[in-house]
Amino acid sequence: MKSFGAKVVLDGVDLDIPRGDSTVIIGGSGSGKSVLLKHMVGLIAPDAGRVMVDGTELSTLDNRELTRFRSRFGMAFQEGALFDSMTVAQNIEFPLVRLDIGSAAERRERVQECLQMVRLEGAEAKLPSQLSGGMRRRVGFARAIAHRPDVLLFDEPTTGLDPVTKDVIDELIVELKERLGATIVTITHDMESVFRIGDWIGMLYEGKIISWGSPSDFRGTTDPRVGAFLGRKTVAPHASVPSAARTDTA
Amino acid sequence: MAFVPFEGFFREIGRFSQIFWRTLAWTPRRPWDLRELFRQMVRVGVDSLPVVLLTALFTGMVMALQTFTVLSRFGAERYVGSLVSLSMVRELSAVLSGLVIAGRVGSAMGAELGTMRVTEQIDALQVMATDPVHYLVVPRVWALTAMMPLLVLIADGLGIYGGYLVAVVLMGANPVSHMENTFQFMDLNDLSSGLIKAAVFGMLIALIGCQQGLSTRGGAEGVGRSTTRSVVVASVAILISDFFLTKLLF
Ligand SMILES: Nc1ncnc2c1ncn2[C@@H]1O[C@H](COP(=O)(O)OP(=O)(O)OP(=O)(O)O)[C@@H](O)[C@H]1O
Ligand SMILES: [Mg+2]
Repeated sequence: MKSFGAKVVLDGVDLDIPRGDSTVIIGGSGSGKSVLLKHMVGLIAPDAGRVMVDGTELSTLDNRELTRFRSRFGMAFQEGALFDSMTVAQNIEFPLVRLDIGSAAERRERVQECLQMVRLEGAEAKLPSQLSGGMRRRVGFARAIAHRPDVLLFDEPTTGLDPVTKDVIDELIVELKERLGATIVTITHDMESVFRIGDWIGMLYEGKIISWGSPSDFRGTTDPRVGAFLGRKTVAPHASVPSAARTDTA
Repeated sequence: MAFVPFEGFFREIGRFSQIFWRTLAWTPRRPWDLRELFRQMVRVGVDSLPVVLLTALFTGMVMALQTFTVLSRFGAERYVGSLVSLSMVRELSAVLSGLVIAGRVGSAMGAELGTMRVTEQIDALQVMATDPVHYLVVPRVWALTAMMPLLVLIADGLGIYGGYLVAVVLMGANPVSHMENTFQFMDLNDLSSGLIKAAVFGMLIALIGCQQGLSTRGGAEGVGRSTTRSVVVASVAILISDFFLTKLLF
């Protein structure tokens, strides 16, 4: 359960993220996907309920333990959340420096590698303010994977990207899972991506996970709320109001 | 409900002591970022030197004008020098510099950290195993705590020079006896107590600016609010603590 003031955002979420798989969370704008993702790294604490990772409950960790625990995580924020006083290269290098990974030369090499992966070669000296929204998001993605964490959380990594770059990022996500065995949770609005990268799909609706299953389960679903999200038109008129229509009404 | 007007006051004290202890706790922990400390010190100096100089010079000049007029009523004009220097060194340099630095540096810290908060850069730091107090607050607090006495020392000198200008050039006092009188009654304790005050004010300004910044909520408007509050709360804190410091130190 999580509410901000009088606004209840999450209420009764029951979700098990399978290790080593790629999970996709879908849901309308403002339904609390980003809030849910932040619970997973302890950036937001639930008002009621527990968040368990590998058998450890996050609320029992003190500040220092939480810091150590988070070094296994990589997170790409919805708006990039790049440090605007640092260049692109310094941003990507940041987790490596803070976790004391590799020599200076190795770190530089890793930065180049990550930039190539997100197709941003040559942008290393730019400042975040000189980048477009889509570029910023990709730098954030590169920064999240730089220290090779085994749990990756991506908040709408492909929103606003052109189809070609979108494919590149989707392939990267699949590759990260297959080659590194990372556990991945991705939030996305893009249905093509959902089926391309998801081993499991969960739909968040009015503070709950109303549907959970494999992509084939989802294709065969009869739930009109999910159907509406998949772009089906033949659903009951009332139940079909896409949750996007409820954005920020509170 | 008699305490309602003071509720905000006590809340600020609570928040302040929290960030104070966290800053102390994080200070000795590695990695020590001496480069960042140095960078912040330079920034504080560059940002505040001009306003501090201007304030001190004109305060010294006004002090000389006022005391000259008053003292000449009972023929004690020769004490203008010591009155100006003692007021500046013991009290005015530290307090007035504190107030203008709260406006210049404290507000900048509130705005910078506030922007980082609302653009999720603080969240990003935390995910990358970095405590925002350790990384952002510790260097800022010690930089300002170290720089304030230095700035106030310069302000002392300039205030005395301002007094000299008015007394000697404008009012035609004898330069030699004015200078003699300036330092005649001053001892080291006057100087050091002013500098101790300066260090405390510096620490207050930085802690309050950082605290307001980190607790920012709600977009650009929230950043504006934090910036204003950084200045207001720090100014009030300076004036109140000045009384107790004066009581304690003299
Ligand atoms: N720090 C906060 N303070 C107050 N309300 C918040 C905060 N963070 C999120 N909310 C509210 O929680 C709700 C869910 O927000 P969230 O960002 O999780 O949505 P989302 O599902 O990620 O939407 P989108 O697809 O647009 O990113 C929103 O109504 C938002 O107003
Ligand atoms: Mg979101």
